[in-house]
Amino acid sequence: MEPFKFIRAQDNNNAIAAAAVADAKFIAGGTNIIDLMKLNIEKPHQVVDINALKLDKIETLSNGTIRIGALVKNSDLAYHPNISKNYPVLSEALLSGASAQLRNMASVGGNLLQRTRCPYFYDTSYPCNKREPGSGCSAINGYNRNNAVLGTSDKCIATHPSDMCVAMAALGAIIHVQGAKGMRSIPFADFHLLPGKTPSIETTLKHGELITAVDIPVMSFAVKSHYLKVRDRASYEFALASAAVVLDVQGGRIQHARVALGGVGTKPWRSTVAEKVLTGALNNEQTYRTAAEAALSAAKPYTHNAFKIELAKRTLVRALTTVGGMS
Amino acid sequence: MNELVGKPVDRVDGRLKVTGTANYSAEYYPKNVAYGVIVESTIAKGRIKNIDITTAGKAPGVINIMTYKNSMNLHFPQSSDPGGGKYAEKDLLPLQNDRIFYGGQAIAVVIAETFEQAEQAAMLVTADYEKDKPVFDLEKNVEKAYKPVAGLGGSQIQMTRGNTEAALQNASVKLEETYTTPVYHHNAMEPHATTAEWNGDQLMIYDATQSVMGSKNLMAAMLGVEPEKVRLVALFIGGGFGSKGFSWPNTVLTAMAAKLVNRPVKLVLKRQQMFTNAGRRTQTIQKISLGTDNTGKLNAIKHATTSESSFVDEFVEPAGVATAMLYSCANADINHSLVRLNKGTPCPTRAPGEAPGTYAIEAAMDELAYKLNMDPIQLRLVNYNEKDEQKNQQFSSKNLKECYQRGADAIGWAQRNPKPGSIREGNYLVGYGMATATYPANRSASTAKAVLFPDGHAEILCGTQDIGTGTYTIMTQVAADALGLPIEKVKVKLGDSSYPKGANSGGSQVSASVGPAIRAAALGAKSKLVKMAIADAGSPLHGQKEETIIADNGQLHLINQPDKGETYSAILNRHGLDKIEVLATTNVSTRQQQEANPAAKTGAEAQAAQESKSNPAVQEDEHTDRKPYSFHSFGAQFVKLRVDAQLGTVHIDKIVSVMDVGKVMNLKTAKNQIMGGAIFGIGMALMEETAYDPNDGRVVTRDLAQYLVPVHADMPEFDIQFIDKPDTIISPIGARGIGEIGITGITAAIVNAIYHATGKRVRNLPVTPDKLL
Ligand SMILES: Cc1cc2nc3c(=O)[nH]c(=O)nc-3n(C[C@H](O)[C@H](O)[C@H](O)COP(=O)(O)OP(=O)(O)OC[C@H]3O[C@@H](n4cnc5c(N)ncnc54)[C@H](O)[C@@H]3O)c2cc1C
Ligand code: SF4
Repeated sequence: MEPFKFIRAQDNNNAIAAAAVADAKFIAGGTNIIDLMKLNIEKPHQVVDINALKLDKIETLSNGTIRIGALVKNSDLAYHPNISKNYPVLSEALLSGASAQLRNMASVGGNLLQRTRCPYFYDTSYPCNKREPGSGCSAINGYNRNNAVLGTSDKCIATHPSDMCVAMAALGAIIHVQGAKGMRSIPFADFHLLPGKTPSIETTLKHGELITAVDIPVMSFAVKSHYLKVRDRASYEFALASAAVVLDVQGGRIQHARVALGGVGTKPWRSTVAEKVLTGALNNEQTYRTAAEAALSAAKPYTHNAFKIELAKRTLVRALTTVGGMS
Repeated sequence: MNELVGKPVDRVDGRLKVTGTANYSAEYYPKNVAYGVIVESTIAKGRIKNIDITTAGKAPGVINIMTYKNSMNLHFPQSSDPGGGKYAEKDLLPLQNDRIFYGGQAIAVVIAETFEQAEQAAMLVTADYEKDKPVFDLEKNVEKAYKPVAGLGGSQIQMTRGNTEAALQNASVKLEETYTTPVYHHNAMEPHATTAEWNGDQLMIYDATQSVMGSKNLMAAMLGVEPEKVRLVALFIGGGFGSKGFSWPNTVLTAMAAKLVNRPVKLVLKRQQMFTNAGRRTQTIQKISLGTDNTGKLNAIKHATTSESSFVDEFVEPAGVATAMLYSCANADINHSLVRLNKGTPCPTRAPGEAPGTYAIEAAMDELAYKLNMDPIQLRLVNYNEKDEQKNQQFSSKNLKECYQRGADAIGWAQRNPKPGSIREGNYLVGYGMATATYPANRSASTAKAVLFPDGHAEILCGTQDIGTGTYTIMTQVAADALGLPIEKVKVKLGDSSYPKGANSGGSQVSASVGPAIRAAALGAKSKLVKMAIADAGSPLHGQKEETIIADNGQLHLINQPDKGETYSAILNRHGLDKIEVLATTNVSTRQQQEANPAAKTGAEAQAAQESKSNPAVQEDEHTDRKPYSFHSFGAQFVKLRVDAQLGTVHIDKIVSVMDVGKVMNLKTAKNQIMGGAIFGIGMALMEETAYDPNDGRVVTRDLAQYLVPVHADMPEFDIQFIDKPDTIISPIGARGIGEIGITGITAAIVNAIYHATGKRVRNLPVTPDKLL
């Protein structure tokens, strides 16, 4: 770990000003950034602690939107009655992540920005375009069982590891940020970037911008939703494949559908193609299968992860079956 | 008096551990201690052209950086007696030259004022290499395999009887399959850790080791100092599982660093380094061939194992050794081959040999049972043996049939539908599986000292160690029973090389080896006390016969007249003694190599041998005729699980382990060991696997987020039972050791249950969801 200056910000402006210097970083729960600093993957020389900021509330706005402060802990969000009752997909996604201790520390803002678990990203003795632009990708021809099959490029095939983000992608969340030039709002789909030629640039967040809140817009049919995560052990492990599903079924037909996949994409993978197949179609297994095929149609396998394509399809079919069968 | 042995006594060190006051090797803070961090090679084969320490050397807090250029010369340790300690890589003493044999090999040690400074500076050390092309893939290099002569400590690994090829040809039913296991890492909770302090030419080391004696001897030999000048302490060890059985570079490097900077140094391996500098269980490729007649009677068993070794030492994973004695069969061919790879040297891992070996043979037996259309238990009963046919020796004690029976009853074996894929519950397919567990019962020579004090308490001293298994507790029970003292009056002291020589913690041998020595020393001390009382005119027991006197609760009294007697304190005080000391050596070994005559030894060892000549407990023990016997523990493992038919995830519902391990010393610690072994087995079967980069051969999965071990949510219901019949031949205490058998058989029982659930036979571990899609 490189030595760094530690600043405790008192308010948003304070934090944004302190983070303006070139190698500054915010710290919230610290469950990701500290690990990365210990391994010299992130080397901020100024660390700005934002935990004193008033960003830890979950409010329901007059239009019904749920506004989640960036510092709300993953566990608090998961157990918030409005979330667990009306948006079970988000609650389940959060609770499927990490461990109770980590969820008690992890913040919503930090979760949005957590970095990949590609093993080569973690070992500074290996080339990695994400860690060191231009050095090469060790995973493409290396050990890539846990890497992505959707949204990859010839520069990077790292999976986005978050569970929460997959549910938020399905729910069409909106991210509010504040920077030196003021506030702006970013639709979830535009927040994370595909690796393309620049895998080190992971989001549209600008340097020094602070995430202040995430909005979950009203979606009455999200009561019928589900997050399913498949992994190598029963808990405390990232997804091999996961699916967030929201279905609005009326009279045997799917009126609205939201689908996102985790564990397989280079970003939280909202599948509009699957949603298209589902919308208006009969609520049956045939439809689910067609949707799953569509969702993975663009998938590209690598040496050790071809199984993820089939697994993701089955995971999605299972999640759709579960939600489609909810009375 | 109520015997303590056998009772589920709480751990005597439990409170220290849960309150964080038990000191582990990294928790000593000698004055002025500096911190060392190892720098690793980033290539798997070649030479260091240049190692650049300038930037690192200028980093804050750096005291010195040790490389092969400025490190002291080490001496190659001579391999001595089997319990005497083994340096893991005999041809590669650390930091002696520029050659690189594997990725992650130590190339420097940065020594700094704080751990953080050492850590940061270590990242600034860079090296230029002359790279060579490494060989690291076992499967791609099987043609390079050779047949090693012997295994660890000269043990037999190439064994045949009868004519296996001919028998296979003539078999009515034949099975021939290959089973593979990946590389596993031990991943003990406590990483390897050492604190070393020189005081002139005296060296004090706190070291996380499974062998305080071995590690001490090795340090003396490698550093070129007299063994008497080295003291090595390991009061508490946070698990070893074999990785702390051999000595790895970290220990000697700490002592070298302390010498270099002339200050105490502490060095703890990072979790990542536990994957490169501390051993592993090798990958295995096991080819099993079985031949039977139409009734399922085996007439041929062939178990051919290919595993990895390194270019700097030889280690054989003796996977086939258990197969040689497991079933009755006239013809057997057990062989082992090795391929040298540019990886660190493998080493024992909990049940070395038996863990992967029982997976292969017991999965094969299951396949054979289905092929024969026989119940898997029935197949094992048809081939049941009462003697070790390879050695032509009777088993000292074997109650395996009872294990099968009790296990089958507990899991509901008879009620299941045996047809694969036949039991469906919602999205799940349900399966039942079973397998035989086995592990040799080892015993080796040990010495212990018992000391009685005038205040009525006693101490036991023995240079073995408690690696977290409960040795302190069990030995306190043994000593308290022998001394006639309540448990709280006995303090067992282990983990210090200045104590009499105890056994190393390997081969599940500590209870069986050290227990009899402690018992004999304690009985000797009690007898000394009795004799003093009898000879003493001032004692109420004056002139009585020794056999009429018993010891109970710190008192001696007549058996028939409990009020006629006196306390131990009274006797010692009247004689003005500040203590009574007795040394005892039990020179018994079940291994091939018997310990040299201890009487020929010097100092305390010689004294112990001398005293033991008149110790009836030792004499009786040593004169037991063990030559006709083969010593093994057995057990039966049963599993009930569910497999998600579409998603391939496996959920284990219940594990039943019925173990025949001789006398159960402490039901609580015993269950603990079997459960821990079963959990290891779940890891082996379902998730553990170390991955190597396919291009440069270095470990890729280097932390506990990448290398998965089972977590709470993976835990099934456990039903652990014991036969609990003392094995009076192995030792007077009747225990055969219990640390490793729990992991044997369980992996096979799990994959057999997966087959029963799904009809899919996975022969390459681990069975991750992708293999069941
Ligand atoms: C062992 C382990 C297992 C895990 N398993 C899972 C899992 O199964 N599923 C899963 O989804 N996650 C998992 N995680 C990841 C975990 O969810 C993240 O570490 C956590 O969400 C990060 O939140 P944090 O508040 O601790 O972030 P920090 O570590 O504090 O910060 C992370 C990043 O976000 C930035 N940041 C934080 N807050 C803000 C803000 N308000 N504005 C701008 N930037 C900000 C920081 O600068 C930093 O770059 C696991 C983590 C660990 C350590
Ligand atoms: S996949 Fe991405 S993160 Fe992984 S090595 Fe390649 S560039 Fe780095």
